[in-house]
Amino acid sequence: MPKDTGIGASTRRREDVRFLKGKGEYTDDISARDLAHAVFARSTMAHGRIVSIDTSAAEAMPGVLAVFTGEDFVEVGGNPAGWLINSRDGTPMKEPKRPVLAHGKVRHVGDAYAAVIAETKQQAMDAVEAIEAEIEELPAIIDVKAALSGDTFVHDEIETNQCFDWGWIEDNRAATDAAIKGAAHVTTLELVNNRLVPNAMEPRSSIGAYKESGDEYTLHTTSQNPHLTRLLISAFVMGIPENKLTVIAPDVGGGFGSKIYHYGEEALVLAAAKRTGRTVKWTADRTEAFLTDAHGRDHVTKIELATDADGKFLAFRTETYANVGAYLSNFATATPTFLHGTLMAGNYTVPNVYVNVKAVFTNTAPVDAYRGAGRPEATYSLERVIDKCARELGMDPIELRRKNFVKPDMYPYASAAGLEYDSGNYDALMDQMLKVCDRDGFEARRKDSEARGMLRGFGVNAYIEACGIAPSNLVGQLGSRVGLYDAATVRVNATGNLSVMVGAHSHGQGHETVFPQVVGEMLGIDPQSIDIVHGDTSKIPFGMGTYGSRSLAVCGSAVVRATEKIINKAKKIAAHMMEASDSDIEFKDGQFTVAGTDKSVSFGEVALKAYIPHNFPLEDIEPGLEETAFYDPANFTYPSGAYCCEVEVDPETGKVRVDRFAAVDDFGNVMNPMIVTGQVHGGLGQGIGQALLEGCKYDEDGQLLSASYMDYTMPRADDLPFFTVDHSQGTACTHNPLGVKGCGEAGAIGSPPTIVNAVIDALQSGGKNVTHIDMPLTPHAVWTAMTNA
Amino acid sequence: MAKVTMTINGRSVTRDVAGETLLSSLLRDDIGLTGTHVGCDTSQCGACTVHVNGTSVKSCTMFAAEADGAEVTTIEGMANADGSLSVIQAAFQEHHGLQCGFCTPGMVMTASNLLKENPKPTEGEVRAYLEGNICRCTGYHNIVKAILAASGQDVSAIAAE
Repeated sequence: MPKDTGIGASTRRREDVRFLKGKGEYTDDISARDLAHAVFARSTMAHGRIVSIDTSAAEAMPGVLAVFTGEDFVEVGGNPAGWLINSRDGTPMKEPKRPVLAHGKVRHVGDAYAAVIAETKQQAMDAVEAIEAEIEELPAIIDVKAALSGDTFVHDEIETNQCFDWGWIEDNRAATDAAIKGAAHVTTLELVNNRLVPNAMEPRSSIGAYKESGDEYTLHTTSQNPHLTRLLISAFVMGIPENKLTVIAPDVGGGFGSKIYHYGEEALVLAAAKRTGRTVKWTADRTEAFLTDAHGRDHVTKIELATDADGKFLAFRTETYANVGAYLSNFATATPTFLHGTLMAGNYTVPNVYVNVKAVFTNTAPVDAYRGAGRPEATYSLERVIDKCARELGMDPIELRRKNFVKPDMYPYASAAGLEYDSGNYDALMDQMLKVCDRDGFEARRKDSEARGMLRGFGVNAYIEACGIAPSNLVGQLGSRVGLYDAATVRVNATGNLSVMVGAHSHGQGHETVFPQVVGEMLGIDPQSIDIVHGDTSKIPFGMGTYGSRSLAVCGSAVVRATEKIINKAKKIAAHMMEASDSDIEFKDGQFTVAGTDKSVSFGEVALKAYIPHNFPLEDIEPGLEETAFYDPANFTYPSGAYCCEVEVDPETGKVRVDRFAAVDDFGNVMNPMIVTGQVHGGLGQGIGQALLEGCKYDEDGQLLSASYMDYTMPRADDLPFFTVDHSQGTACTHNPLGVKGCGEAGAIGSPPTIVNAVIDALQSGGKNVTHIDMPLTPHAVWTAMTNA
Repeated sequence: MAKVTMTINGRSVTRDVAGETLLSSLLRDDIGLTGTHVGCDTSQCGACTVHVNGTSVKSCTMFAAEADGAEVTTIEGMANADGSLSVIQAAFQEHHGLQCGFCTPGMVMTASNLLKENPKPTEGEVRAYLEGNICRCTGYHNIVKAILAASGQDVSAIAAE
């Protein structure tokens, strides 16, 4: 197999052609002859008691087919949280019902309390205006700390705003406290991990259809995981049997976490399709996306790092308030706990780690996993406090990190936060980073900046993350209500081409190109003869979808296992064709050969034979050539990296410019370097956006002040530099067949502390005694910090 | 309702449209040209960019009636006559300038207009010109690289794969 097409080749993406010609098919592009439109009535207040909703005028409006309120869904289930977290005292988390439409109370601005179905979208919008809702306004709960001391509750039935109070690892608490108490040096940092809005460029959209003849439903929706959506609708919310519900996620315009979750609009269009007998579409406008997509981050944290006099780490202790918003979204309880607390040992040999997380309900949109999901929060806390510690100890920040790195001969390494790292080489990453970023030239560049009246800073960061989510056995012990394996079916057609059905969904990651590279290499055939089928529950055996940088590490492993089964069966068929023993068949470069002879048959000949089984020994070989594998990982994978950047700060205005950024990552083996690099670029864009630009703001009444692109600063092309990305220092994952670790989130995890560390370095170089600024580091925030220093 | 006639991708089209019908809606819902995407409805994201009489326009903030008599080109009209990718489209594929593909039609339309106005732009000029087009996937690195490459400039030194 030439390396211009197989594993390790930067094969250009086949899916690009349809996207570049405007021929992609996203949910909102799909229509139907009987299409009707859904529009939602959404709360304009953050917290209120629904006194009455009169829909009679709306029902009489032109074109209106049906009006729904929360009353229509009282009998159906709530949208559940996927992880059950226990508090430190052993009590289970509070899990109030999340209904399809608000019932009794509205709990955040944008909370939908009614929906109109009409012939046209305009008619539905007009009818929504005619709904008469009397809603008694209640005090809004916005601040996470205040939420825990007041007597107003987002959910009255649980009589608290605390979802849980979690300790990790509770048995380590006393030792960690003692280590901090007795340490030569303790660095303390209070910080906010700013709330973000994911902002996939395609707004959410769902189309429900119902066929009375078979009592069958079809949902087209903007989902990262159609099977999970089907499972949630079937098992928890609507009770539609799984075999009567098809969920299709066609081309999806970005997700970043926000399209993992099941949302009430999906259930509504299905119910509406059945009641009206019509195909019902809903597509969010951008304001709805800001108000109702699950947001990300939003942690208020105090972290302490204890060291000995030489800078050896003794303990990390963290106390975090995690805002989960008004309702628990599907992964909301896992994100601040097992995707955050378990990473709080970082890349370091620290012996004591304790993490306390209090999850808090507020009258804001639900908060859930957003690109990185807990690991950006962990990395930011660790890498900011380490930088502050280095400054306090008068040590070089890189040397302080190196002094405490887990070393290459220590794997498998049991971290103090409960994970077993399988592989890595953090010093090698740091070495490579220093090489590619031209660290030696920094001082000259700083002088040049100073000559222009600017302050230049250098920031560094080392991260580790856990992805390839996740071993079902482990996550089951940790409270997950689902398994996190994935599945694939490899179907070899009689004419030798292949369809590979995968549970992972591609919405920018390039699966349609990369999975064929893997299968093609294994079978010694042209990847162009292999097609990927994804996103349709009626065509794919099962799957848990795409998030947590899991597609290749988990679903790709299932593809490998299924392909291995294909090879094994094909060998039997080849042996039969050549009248040889199975054990004598060798397979290489697409040819089956009888060992030691010149007898051989090609993969294509075997495929054809599988479907024309004349004279098959049917007791040994079934006709056909199709295999399915479910793959459940043995461990998380542990990508790691060393990042650095140089920024210039204008001391007159506080404006920060990112001059250069280098990301050196260990993703294990790399299947398609072009795509991997592109994934890092995107993560860096979002991480730098978090650090410098993006801040989701609610006012004290719970109004979302940043609900449009005029108010929420998305990174634009001229906010970012060209990036230097390097993955030459990979160490193969030891427990999956491809040795891959996952690359989707790294950039968003590693970049925020890198940027903030660089800005602090710049300010310090200019004699400003600023030790921390909360993100986003807008000109105003930086100027204020400088002025107050 | 008003009758509007325009040339879309070289084909004359006449439709009765309501006064409030947006050009993006006409293209997507009436003509079926769904390559023009709507990402924000408020003229900021640029996914709906088309050419009207040779100039980039955000079709979500132009009434269909305003395009009466105009020459409109959408992403579906950008490939070569034989169906192969045009120079700009091919550069986006070659340099991995797209991921989810949602912003891509607008990026291609804007890039095409840029290169018409400024055939050899600098990196800074490309970045500044893209201020009205938001991409959430790529960090813009490969979009900027693709546009520079499409202008005939050597991008091999810009950044490694």
